[in-house]
Amino acid sequence: MAQAEIQADIEISVPSTRATGIAGVFQFLNRWPVIPGTILSIMVLVAVFAPWVSPHDPYQNALRARNTPPVWYAEGGTWSYALGADTIGRDLLSRLIYGARISLMVMAVALITGTIVGTALGLIAGYFGGIIDEVIMRLVDIFLGIPFVLMAMAVAVVMGASLTTMMVMLALLTWSGFVRNVRGEVLSLRERDYVALAMVAGASLPRILVMHILPGVVNTVVVIATLRSGQLILAEAFLSFIGAGIPPPTPTWGAMIADGRNYLRDAWWISFFPGFAIFLTVMSLNFMGDWLRDKLDPRLRQLSS
Amino acid sequence: MRTFIIRRFLTSILTLLGAALFVFSVSRILGDPRVLLLPDQAYGITQEQWDELARQLHLDKPIPIQFGIWLGQLLTGDLGRDLADRQLIAPKLPQKVGPTLKLALSAFIISTLIGVPIGVLSAVKRGSVPDYLGRAFALLGQALPTFWVGIVGILVFSVWLGWLPSGTMGEGFSIKHYVMPTATLAWFGAAGYVRLVRSAMLEVLDSEYVKLARAKGVSTRSIIWKHAFKNAAIAPLTLSGLLLAGFITGSISVETVFAWPGLARFGIEAVWTNNFTVLAVLVIIFTGAFVILNFLADILYAFIDPRIRFS
Repeated sequence: MAQAEIQADIEISVPSTRATGIAGVFQFLNRWPVIPGTILSIMVLVAVFAPWVSPHDPYQNALRARNTPPVWYAEGGTWSYALGADTIGRDLLSRLIYGARISLMVMAVALITGTIVGTALGLIAGYFGGIIDEVIMRLVDIFLGIPFVLMAMAVAVVMGASLTTMMVMLALLTWSGFVRNVRGEVLSLRERDYVALAMVAGASLPRILVMHILPGVVNTVVVIATLRSGQLILAEAFLSFIGAGIPPPTPTWGAMIADGRNYLRDAWWISFFPGFAIFLTVMSLNFMGDWLRDKLDPRLRQLSS
Repeated sequence: MRTFIIRRFLTSILTLLGAALFVFSVSRILGDPRVLLLPDQAYGITQEQWDELARQLHLDKPIPIQFGIWLGQLLTGDLGRDLADRQLIAPKLPQKVGPTLKLALSAFIISTLIGVPIGVLSAVKRGSVPDYLGRAFALLGQALPTFWVGIVGILVFSVWLGWLPSGTMGEGFSIKHYVMPTATLAWFGAAGYVRLVRSAMLEVLDSEYVKLARAKGVSTRSIIWKHAFKNAAIAPLTLSGLLLAGFITGSISVETVFAWPGLARFGIEAVWTNNFTVLAVLVIIFTGAFVILNFLADILYAFIDPRIRFS
């Protein structure tokens, strides 16, 4: 009897978590990243199989197809150029597909490199402490203090804009974001009993770091990496946009936006679609990052910015 | 508190030195910095001029000494010459700082005025329609490429509707010219505020003392602004460094798209003309601005939060 009453109490005190309407849609999307997951899968598949899925050669210009509007334009729209063509008649959809290839590849390489370096430095700084820690952390401060875009612009002028320069610069942007959080985790992990036991058992230093401490920070690393990936795409796009990124004629989303900038009046689609592709990708990555953070590591909430 | 400030101050100096060292090393990546300082047109340069340049740059001395000399020149205001027109860079800067400051300041004020209330509202009305709209506003602001937002703005408001000018600052003071650049930059800034303020508010609203205030019967308004917001405002301050960095990057995008005659635009033009000296100076100026603002935010933070002040 008493128990039933308490249970009734509890039921009343828990407000319904089911929301309806627009709030309900958002709530569902928060629980399961269906849409972002689908978008990202499509992006990756399309990028990998670019030569098979793109309707045209992204480098092939066709003067006759100049400024072809998207397919829904009654006048001039054609399925052959579903999203239209640019000012020298290159198919926009094909260029977008190859652009996805470049963007995702550059992002992946920079992200993996930066993640490995940043995590390793975080592990070292947190585990050893002292002067090593101090040096690494001040280095992080310096890197966070220099505006990345200007730094990349200066390097592009000296080294010449290229795919390699871009990947190196983006890796430089990435690593610093990991060190502080990983270090913080390691500081508490290294005091755990199992680490002391591993030491007593005679485990070597690399073994302790990699086998015992690293697994404890993996969640944090995965979350930060996902949240960073969107920023990398944005940075790459902007640098390509201003001409300090991957040089033409390689199709990159940023450079495509720049291509169409002076033709807004006659052919708005040239600038519009690449930007929309960037937006979809970054939005999906951010959603995934938020979702992973809430699942794996809610303490990182403040990283959301 | 004093140790905290001194520590932060030393870190700031270190960051500036780091930026200078970075720029200096980049200029030496190719080995001989003279290659970098000569414009493409300078084919007809004589051996004497080439050697003269080496003497000017002190290339005969060891690299650390070269760095010291260069740093000394920077500190005394000798910023070198613009490679495009061979003019001194320093006198060009004042007229470019103004537009950048005006744009950044107006965007900063607007993003604070919009972002903070939306963040508070979003947290207080958690799970409601305004909350989701607020979060959508923030998510969009962070996922949309700022430069593309500007271009779409030009497409809609200048090309299609013809309401607003597509760029530059206009003649004299023209509020119309400010609307799109400010809005574009402010959206990005406000997005950061919304997310920070919202999560900070949620945390505070869940705390014991807010519950106590509620139990005592304090009015909702007083709880939100007096009890909760005061504490929640600390978090955006600690992360203001991140926000500022985003703001600086954002202003580069906006100045590029809207042909805003500021510092960042100067930098973009420098990329097009391979003008390394200008970029070097800009890296240092922007790092300086960032470091100073960050330092001020830290002091403010220590001033507001007693936990920092007394530890």
